[in-house]
Amino acid sequence: MDLYLPIANLSVNALVIVGLGLGVGLLSGMFGVGGGFLTTPLLIVYGIPPTVAAASSASQVTGASVSGVFAHIRRGGVDFKMGGVLVAGGIIGSLFGAWLFRLLQELGQIDTVIAVVYVVMLGSIGGMMAREASGAILQRHRGLPPKPRKRRHHPLVAALPLRTRFYASGLYISPLAPLLLGFATGILTILLGIGGGFILVPAMIYLLGMATSVVVGTSLFQTLFVTAAATMVHATTTKAVDIVLAGLLLIGSVTGAQLGARFAGRVRPEYLRLALAIIVLLVGLRIFLGLVWRPEEIFSIELA
Amino acid sequence: MKRRLLLLMAPLLMAQSGAKPVLVPDVSQRNIEIVYSFTGAELLLFGAILYPGGRLPKGEAPTDIVVVVKGPTQSILVREKEKVAGIWVNAARLRYRSAPSFYAVASSRPIERIVDERTRAIYELGLGSLQLSPASSATSDVERRFQAGLVDLKRRAGLYVEAPGAVEITDGVLYRGRVSIPARVPVGRFTAETFLIRDGRVLAAAVRDIDIRKSGFERFVARAADRSSVLYGLVAVALSVALGWIAGQVARRRA
Repeated sequence: MDLYLPIANLSVNALVIVGLGLGVGLLSGMFGVGGGFLTTPLLIVYGIPPTVAAASSASQVTGASVSGVFAHIRRGGVDFKMGGVLVAGGIIGSLFGAWLFRLLQELGQIDTVIAVVYVVMLGSIGGMMAREASGAILQRHRGLPPKPRKRRHHPLVAALPLRTRFYASGLYISPLAPLLLGFATGILTILLGIGGGFILVPAMIYLLGMATSVVVGTSLFQTLFVTAAATMVHATTTKAVDIVLAGLLLIGSVTGAQLGARFAGRVRPEYLRLALAIIVLLVGLRIFLGLVWRPEEIFSIELA
Repeated sequence: MKRRLLLLMAPLLMAQSGAKPVLVPDVSQRNIEIVYSFTGAELLLFGAILYPGGRLPKGEAPTDIVVVVKGPTQSILVREKEKVAGIWVNAARLRYRSAPSFYAVASSRPIERIVDERTRAIYELGLGSLQLSPASSATSDVERRFQAGLVDLKRRAGLYVEAPGAVEITDGVLYRGRVSIPARVPVGRFTAETFLIRDGRVLAAAVRDIDIRKSGFERFVARAADRSSVLYGLVAVALSVALGWIAGQVARRRA
């Protein structure tokens, strides 16, 4: 079923795009990640111009997170105070990211920077998650009682001033910590076209030490607002948001997100974390190989 | 059509002796409208070769037809990757002020056998003879490397096409050639040039314009994104939120 995309200026197979959205939606429902770190590279591989891919996948992540956010709100799994601080940081970060994006684009190094950032992020976070999750699984197999997780935030976080209580997260920390975290994620949202969930979730667990029950919901809450802001930034600056492409991705991803959320309830969380870690590491490895192997295309064209 | 033919023939009929043959070209579509189902277009370029006296000259070399379809020119930047510290990064670059966004050449025989290199360069016949003027100066070696890279990239995207033998000449007077236009061409004014060539010389040439534009819903969306970008962005966000919400409701009711 071929369909012409009015902004990307090419025709695609609508079913392939819906299927792609479905797969990514499954992940987002299961792990609470937006899935942008998969959508953008896959769309580029399919032949969609990179800017259009990043801009349109941001709006797809918005849609995929909506139903998740509602589901988590009903379960009481969103810390609104924490989420609000993260969103504020995220919006400032996305504006800064837009400036950085333009600068790197002029230098012609945006692709390399994006790839290197991806490799570093995916490699370190994937590695960290894989070690943690496999440790937990091994302990369960040895019949040991699960180690009571020391829910402690990083010493640096404790050192920040202006402490306040985040009741739902069970934390008494400075709001500067989540603000900075949101800021960093906002930059990544614009730069990489991702929701940032796969950075946020581990950071919330390991850096802030948030209560696990609100981590996924709050991360989705932040993702929802920051990707919506990113879509607006793209629509008004790069004008690369393809509403038809976004619509197709959405149809798949919102369906997938529901299926994923239901599946997630039946699987042990450490297995889920290990699976996500493996996916993250594989994507990171693929991008790393793209950097070091002789590329198929030595030349690239850009409208000037 | 008939009247145009007659009009074109009029000067011929008046001065027959020693006159060159005349081309009467046409294209199957003057306007190509891009709608939601657009997956590219097949352009038929056809026409007649009118010889003085209305007869095929005897004893002369056969004539050839070359058809060139060009898209609107673009200013482009070509970058070359190089391995630096173990990773491949963009290094050298060259800017071209006007490269055709689309270029297809169809001919009745391979172009190298029809005209020599000089003529090919003058009329820009063939991918090897494109005159892409680089905006910045570079040595001819570098220039050649970049041009080869650009042409190769465009050719694999289906935007630069060479189709020797795609033009058919019937009884020496009627010709027809096919050029397919892929879905990813930019919109704008395209030109279809037809050349009549004999003994390596261009005897006649004619140009027809083709307009490619978006229409209907595609045109509406492209315009909205360009002219009212804030509203467009809001609609995109609203669409994502609405679709996500609806899916959530549906799933909840079923559960």
